[in-house]
Amino acid sequence: MKLRYFAWVRERVGKTEEEIDPPEGITTVAELMSWLTARGEEYAHAFENPKVVRAAIDQDHVRTDAAIAGAREIAFFPPMTGG
Amino acid sequence: MSAVIRLQNEPFDAAREQAALTCGRDDIGAVVTFVGICRGSEAGLRIVAMTLEHYPGMAETELARHVESAQQRWRLAGVTVVHRVGRILPGEPIVLVVTAAAHRQGAFAAAEFLMDYLKTRAPFWKRIEYADSTAWVAPRESDALSADRWSGPADMREAAE
Repeated sequence: MKLRYFAWVRERVGKTEEEIDPPEGITTVAELMSWLTARGEEYAHAFENPKVVRAAIDQDHVRTDAAIAGAREIAFFPPMTGG
Repeated sequence: MSAVIRLQNEPFDAAREQAALTCGRDDIGAVVTFVGICRGSEAGLRIVAMTLEHYPGMAETELARHVESAQQRWRLAGVTVVHRVGRILPGEPIVLVVTAAAHRQGAFAAAEFLMDYLKTRAPFWKRIEYADSTAWVAPRESDALSADRWSGPADMREAAE
């Protein structure tokens, strides 16, 4: 699946998007976030306060307990500040 | 009901957008035009510019969803939403919401509803450039509370927690 990062999550991770293949035991957005956190310092920094990070699956807002099965694109970003 | 939703880099002309919405119509009795403008300072610090980042695709979808939701709540004759992305200078417009209806109540309410949702649910992020630093804008609790006014119990409020 494709991961996309926006705003300070993107800056901290150091990339705008990437393809990943998480292990089978990773079934929810929250689990994906903790799996990513273990991948390196830049991820640990981006997800150091996971409650603040928002997620979208296939461009739809989701809660962190949402299942990731079948997702083509998962995005992580800070709270929105448009308008 | 006509709906125009646009993301663009360049500034917009609010008067022209409003005229385009109402031109040739005699069913419109009220138009509310809201323009959000980039301020020149924040907490006493001078702002050099502001950069709007967005999630292409999702931003348009979310805007369309909120416009549709406004149409379902109020009897609107037309809606125009223009949101700029990229670098914006102080004094320049950032966002435009035009709502038209037969009577003012629906037009006022729909404009507020759309702005409240834009602030908290549409995937845009502001980064401010100061003279010697930059900072991502933090969400304001008052914006979340404003958006909550419109929420039913089954809304996405829980998703934000």
